[in-house]
Parts: sequence; C-alpha cells; structure tokens
Amino acid sequence: MTLADLASLAPLLVLGIGSVVLMLTIAVRREYRLIAWLAALTFAAALASLPFAAATAPRQVTDLLLIDGLALFYIGLLVALGLVGVGITYGYAQHRGGEREEAYILYLLATLGGAVMAASTHFASFFLGLEILSVSLYGLLSYMRWRLPSIEAGTKYLVLASVSSAFLLFGMALVYAEAGSMVFARVAAAAGATGPGSLVGPGLALMIVGFGFKLGVVPFHMWTPDVYEGGPAPATAFIATVSKGAAFVLLLRFFYQIGLDRQEGLTIAFGAIAALSMLAGNLLALLQTNVKRILAYSSIAHLGYALVAFLAGGTQGAAAATFYLVAYFATTLAAFGVVAALSDSSRVRDADSLADYRGLFWRRPALTVVLTLALLSLAGIPLTAGFLGKLYVVLAGAGASLWWLLVVLVLSSAIGLVYYLRVATILFRRPSGRELNPPLNQSTAVALGFLTLVIVVLGVYPGPLIALIQSVLAVV
Amino acid sequence: MTAIVLIVVLVLAGLLAWPAARLGRRWPRLLALSALGLDLVVVGGLWSQARNAPGWLDEVNLVWLPELGITFHVALDGFSLLLVALTCVVGIVAVGSAWRDIERRSGLFHALLLWTLAGIVGVFVALDLILFYFFWELMLVPAYYLYLWGHDRQLRAALKFFVFTQLSGLLMLLAIVGLYLSHGQATGVYTFDYVQLLANRPTGALATWLFLGFLVAFAVKLPLFPFHSWQPDAYATAPTAVSIILAGAMAKTAGYGLLRFAIPLFPQAAADLSPLLLLLAALSIVYGAWTAFGQTDFKRLVAYSSMAAMGFVMLGIFARQDLAWQGATMQMVAHGLSTSALFFIGGALYRRLGGTAFALMGGLWAVMPRLGALTLFFAVATLGLPGLGNFVGEFLVLLGAFRADPLAAGLAALGLVLATVYALWLVQRVFHGALAPGREAADLRPRELAVLSLLALGLLWLGLFPQSVLDLAAPALQALGGQAGVEMAGAGASAALGGGR
Repeated sequence: MTLADLASLAPLLVLGIGSVVLMLTIAVRREYRLIAWLAALTFAAALASLPFAAATAPRQVTDLLLIDGLALFYIGLLVALGLVGVGITYGYAQHRGGEREEAYILYLLATLGGAVMAASTHFASFFLGLEILSVSLYGLLSYMRWRLPSIEAGTKYLVLASVSSAFLLFGMALVYAEAGSMVFARVAAAAGATGPGSLVGPGLALMIVGFGFKLGVVPFHMWTPDVYEGGPAPATAFIATVSKGAAFVLLLRFFYQIGLDRQEGLTIAFGAIAALSMLAGNLLALLQTNVKRILAYSSIAHLGYALVAFLAGGTQGAAAATFYLVAYFATTLAAFGVVAALSDSSRVRDADSLADYRGLFWRRPALTVVLTLALLSLAGIPLTAGFLGKLYVVLAGAGASLWWLLVVLVLSSAIGLVYYLRVATILFRRPSGRELNPPLNQSTAVALGFLTLVIVVLGVYPGPLIALIQSVLAVV
Repeated sequence: MTAIVLIVVLVLAGLLAWPAARLGRRWPRLLALSALGLDLVVVGGLWSQARNAPGWLDEVNLVWLPELGITFHVALDGFSLLLVALTCVVGIVAVGSAWRDIERRSGLFHALLLWTLAGIVGVFVALDLILFYFFWELMLVPAYYLYLWGHDRQLRAALKFFVFTQLSGLLMLLAIVGLYLSHGQATGVYTFDYVQLLANRPTGALATWLFLGFLVAFAVKLPLFPFHSWQPDAYATAPTAVSIILAGAMAKTAGYGLLRFAIPLFPQAAADLSPLLLLLAALSIVYGAWTAFGQTDFKRLVAYSSMAAMGFVMLGIFARQDLAWQGATMQMVAHGLSTSALFFIGGALYRRLGGTAFALMGGLWAVMPRLGALTLFFAVATLGLPGLGNFVGEFLVLLGAFRADPLAAGLAALGLVLATVYALWLVQRVFHGALAPGREAADLRPRELAVLSLLALGLLWLGLFPQSVLDLAAPALQALGGQAGVEMAGAGASAALGGGR
C-alpha cells in the first residue's frame, strides 16, 4: 500500500477513524451535543477529503476497491445524506431518554459500509461493506429499545436481511465456482464465455434476490412497510436513502460489467421487477393511512423507476438513474425529516398517522411547504427535482426503446398522484383539534432548509449536477 | 422580453398577494386586478404593432439545460397574443366573481389564482416542448389547491381532474421524448426546440403514434367526447372563480396546443385521422348539448354546454381549412367570454340562493330583472345568435367543416338546434315560472353589473367587428397552416364575413 493508495481511500479512512474517535469520546465523556457535533464533523471531513481522493482517481486499490468517479460520486452522496441525517436525528433524539450517543457511531459505520460497497470490485469487499451496513442498521432500527415497534422492526429486518445475505452468498459461491475468481472483471469475462449448463446463471439469479431485498423492490419488498413503520423516523430515512443508494451503485457497477445486453435473462428479470415494483408500490400505497407506510410503498415504486433507467444501460442510463436517485433521496429525506420534526418525544409513536397531518398548514406553514414540495417532487410535478429526474429516466428509457416499461411508468405515476395529492390535501384541511405541535429544532430546520433548496434547485437548474454526473460516469 | 414579463408579473403579484391579506381583505384582489390590468396593457401595446405582421412579435431564447437539449424559448405571435389577452380578461372576471365569495385566506386564494393564470400564459408562449409541458403541468397544481375553497370538501372531482390531466399529459411527454429522439437520430441535434423540430418532422407510423400522444392530452383537456368524464364535476364543484378560469381560459390551451404543436408537427397523421376526429368533435357537440338539456343544476348545464362549444373548436381545427381555423379561434375567444359570464352568473345565483340547483330557482325575473336580462343575453350568445361572437365562430367553423366532412358538419348543425333548446330552457327554469313564496334576492350589484356588461360588450364587438380580432391571429394562423400543408385562402374570411361587417 502506497501513500497514494491511502489518499484514494481518504473518505473511507476518515469515516473509520471518526467512528473510533466517537467511541472513545463516549467512553470518556458522554455528552449528546458533543458527540453529535463530532459525528457531523466526521461527515464533513469525509466530504472535504473527496477532492484529495479524486486527484488520484481512477485508482485500483488492491483487488478489492476501485476509487473511480462513480465510487467517489456515490460516496459523496452517501456521506452528504449521512450529514443531513445527523441534522435530522439531532432534534429528534435530543429530548428522548436513554443513551442516544451511540446511534451516531452507527450512522458513521453504516455510511462506511455503504461507501465500501460503492467502491468495491470484488465479492469480498462487496459482502463486507454490505454486512457493515446491515449490522449497523439493525442496531439503528431497534436503538430505542423501549419502543416495541422498533424492536419488531429491527428483528424483522435482521431475519430477512440475513436470509437475503445467505441468498447473495450462495449466489456468489455459484458464480465463483464457475468463474474461479471473485473479481468483478473476471466474473464478467467468465459470464460472457459460458455456455448452457453454467452455474453463472443460477448464481446471478440468487444474487438478484440479495440486491432486490436491499433495494426493496417487488417481489422482495415485504419488509419495507413494516420496517419503515416501526423504525424511528431518522433511522428509517437512513434505510430509505443510504442503504438503497449503496445497493444501487453496486447494481450499476456489477451488472454493467457483466453486460445486461449480453444476458437476456437479466434484462427480462429486471424488466419484470421494475414493472411490478412501479405498479405494486403505487397501488398498495393507495390503501395506506400511515404516512411512513405510504413513503415505504412509494419507495418501492421509485426504485422501480430508477430500475427503468438502469435497464436503459450505457452512460445515459446510469446517469439518469444516478440523477433520479439524488433527486429521490433528497426528496424522501425531506419527507422523513418533516415526520421526524413532528414526532413529539413524549409520545412513543412517531407522527405517522394521516390524522396527525390534518390542517398542518394552519399551525406549521413552513413545515407544510417543505412536505408539500417533497410530495409534489415524489409525484413528479415540474419545478421540483422529482420531475426532472423522471424526465431524465423517460429520456434514457426511450433512448433504449423500453416503450412498454415507459407506459407502465406513466400509468403508475398517474396512480401515484392520487395518494401523494391525498396527503398534500390533508395538510390544508381544517385542523381536527388533535394538535401535534412540538418545537422545531434548529438542526432539523437547517437540514430541511438545505433539502428544500436541493429539491428546488434540481428542479429548476439541474445543469451543473447533470454535467457532473455525465463526466463522472463517462468512464464506466 | 414581453412574454417573460407577462408571466413574471403574475407570479410576483401572487407572491405579494399572499402576505398582502394581512393588510386587509381588499388588498389581494386589488393586487390581482392590477397585475392582470398591467398584463393587458402590455398585451395591448404589442397588439397595436401586431396588425398583419408575420413572424414572432416577441421572442426570447435562452440556454437552460444544454445537457438535455432544453431551452427557455418563449415567443408571442398574434394567435398566442390573442389567447393571452383572453386569459387576462377571464382572470379579471374570475377575480370579480370572487370579490365577496372568499372570506377565508383570501391572500392565498388570489396567489393561487394568479399562479394558475401565469401557468396558462406560460402554455401560450412556450416554444420549447419541455417548457410547454412544464407550464402544462404547472397550471394544474395551484388550480387543484383552489378547490379547497369549493363546494366539495372531499376534492374528489379535483383529484379526478388532476389525475386525468396528468395521465394524458405524461403520454404527451412520452410523445415529446419520442419526437426528440427521432429528430436527434435523424439530424444528430438533440433538441426540444419547436422551431428546430419543425424543420425535420417524423413520418409514417411513428408520426401517428406521436400525434396520438399529443392528441390524448389535448382531447382530455378540451374535453373531447369520450374523454370528458372528469369535466362536469370538476367545473361544477369548483369555486366559481375557478370554474371561470378552467372553462374560460384553461380549456383553450388544448385548442392552442393542437393548432400550434400537434398539427404542424404531424401534418400527415393529423390529416389521416381527421375524419375520425371530426366525427368525435360532432359527437361532442351533440352529446354536450343533449346532456346539458338533462341537467338539474345551473353550473353543470353550463359545464356541458362548454363541452359542446369546445366541440366546435375541435371541429374547426380538424376541418383543416383557413376559414375553419379562423372560426375555431373566434370560437375560443367568444366562448371564453360567454362561458365566463355564465359561470359568473352561476356564482351570483349561488351567493343569493345558497346553491345552483334549478329546484331553488324559478320566477327570479320578478326580483332580479337585470340579472335576468343579462342571462338571456349570454344564453342567446351561447346558442349562436347572429351579431354576437359565438355566431361568427360557429358559422365559420361550419362553413369550413362542411367542405371537409358534410356529415360531421350536419351533426354539428344539429347541435346548434339543441343548443337553442337548452339555452332557452335554462332561462326559463331560472327566471320564469312561479317564484318560490318568500324567496327574496337582491338584484345585481354595480360591480357585477359592470363585469357582465363588459363581457356583453365584448361579445357584441366580436359579433359586429370580427375582423379586428381575426386580423390579429390571421398571419400566425397562415404560418401554422403553411407548416401543416393546409390550404390557406387568405382573404376568405373577410369575404365570407362581408355581410357581417
């Protein structure tokens, strides 16, 4: 390992060192404010280290990690999401009892796991990253152990994630048996060369199960609504963004190297997953009365949209999927941020019932504007990030002549509009008297303000980001 | 820059109107009125230069998203200028109608109203297809929220309206993207710019599919039979001011879109499908008129009559004739005024009677003679009495349509007869018969009288001096017709209208 290698790995190192520092600090001095600040500083330092890593990119660091534009972009995205997540968590957990400080270590570790996944080019690093991420998420979900739903959510996620990890491992093993290597590039070469009876096909199919679970797409979506509902809002937001982002970047890297167009089965499988996710996510969301469950089903549908761009393939498809994910993550994080901001720390339940949102506009106009904007963005209405994301996906899909998937996308978007507007309308109705009006924490306000800015800027002037993504992906 | 100024004025006035409600309830509406008035002055300034001037009166083309080939290209020609003027007038009528209706949150109400109008103006000036789609969607969002002030607390009709429009709009978006790609693959230039796309149009089956994508969006918005199921509820449950905007201005975006985009971009597909579309237009006219007759509610009746009138617009557009296009344009303007007036009257009745069901009415002439007289005026305008604007529009449309498709024209003429029935029946149900005992209602206030009289004068002007308006749009229509390969006679309308002048 040379110094340049270390420079390329700087973001990962910062996150790792930061979590150790946090752990030691907690041992010496357990002070909520200090720990939260340290976590935020670590995330900020990781962001600041990106230019140094970029200076050396693209660089293969051992067989395990490749620090290239794609990896760095997604690492930056995950770290930024983590930073905003800390802002949202700070206000949420501030007045809750118990020892809350360790949650911030878990945030750092989960982001580290995601970052490793973003950079991995080898099954070993892939699996390591995945497990670092998953184990941190179990902890985060059931962190508030006096909340029964949290325990349930954590347990459910633990069991199902373990099963999906087992599928993934078995799939990797089959692929390895055929390819004789765990390096993506050699796996891809072997996959291209195999004939009938090869183990690569079944292996990839099993790996899709693992990916599908992490992304929460149909038919591997069953855990999503329960876990979203049960987990504390900030932890759920983390699962909805960092975990899915990390899984998606691997999906891009791994399957683009395998070559979607060379494996017809893969195209069909992902096409079916995308179509079913879009339809089922939006249809099932219609039946929900719980905001977190609605966001869960909406996430299923949105990952389906992103898969359409993924299926389009090429730089255009990857760029569209990446832009879509950035837009979607900012939007969904804003929505969860509002949920977290409204969740009174004296109640066990989060503010997740639709009734809690009735007439919100009349008592909390600023939060309502943020949430309305987020909902319109999820629905894909112009002037928001969600619209340009969807437009980009449609452009990529049409460029690859995926007309049937696009028709499904259009139909399911129209269905989706029904429940987004239903929530967006409840906000403006006459208040019911069940007032839910906790004070807004400054850090939450800053985080939400930033996300709102992102949603609007991406909706009006996304040029710089699109140019950045296209330049970053040009080499993939 | 004028095109941008028109939109910015409305958006800014909306932003100001919201907090202005704190100063007093009158401030938001004064702001709204002055913004619309200012826009009208700007439009008037352009109008005076516009006479028989070919080409764009005003054009701005800015770089917006070069990565995706999207530009901020807006421009005004006589045709769009005319519709922008109509939008401002309709907006003023809507503000006038909301004068005393809106007690709660009048600041937000007027802000949303102005933003809806800004979106509509945007549709009329956008020349980049993505920008067009942008405004097309954007005008819906504030309009949807305006239903919170309406008669239906559940907003079901509003939701249906939104979802129908969104679904058809997304299909149009697919068509736009398809057009973009086919142009890009043919020329290597990936752009959404209308002017560039016109230079290299797709042909064959692809063109037909893309045309259908555009068509469905416009057919829903118009609405054309059988895409109309959202419309009666959406018009009837909206607050009056919103009904006025939806029927008076927003529905015209569909006619505009057909003439500006769908037909010039896909002339062959439009020509191939026009027999079917003419028939659907005629069916719309007959169905709308027939169903209007069966209504038991004032606003619903006007909603269906509106569908019939828009059927004439559709008929004129797909007759693909110089005369018929001028007729369709005239019909859009005249219907914008007459339907605004009828919804305005519906609002006035609602205020006085607490509802718009015919069961509440009857014999009202005795207590409200001025309202009665004006309603009669607008009812006969709707049925197409010569001397008023609607007659000119319908007559020119029929003249053109007869040459294109006698059957459809015949059916549409039948619709005219039915229109006479429902329009007179409307007056009879509301104003004649026995007055319910104890029913008292004040006659029109000066403000209402002023709004309605102005609209009446406008219709009279359109009927007596149609050429003044047609001249404005004619060069633009000529240009569009040239793009679409439609035979343009030029002076035909003047000759045909010789008697009317």
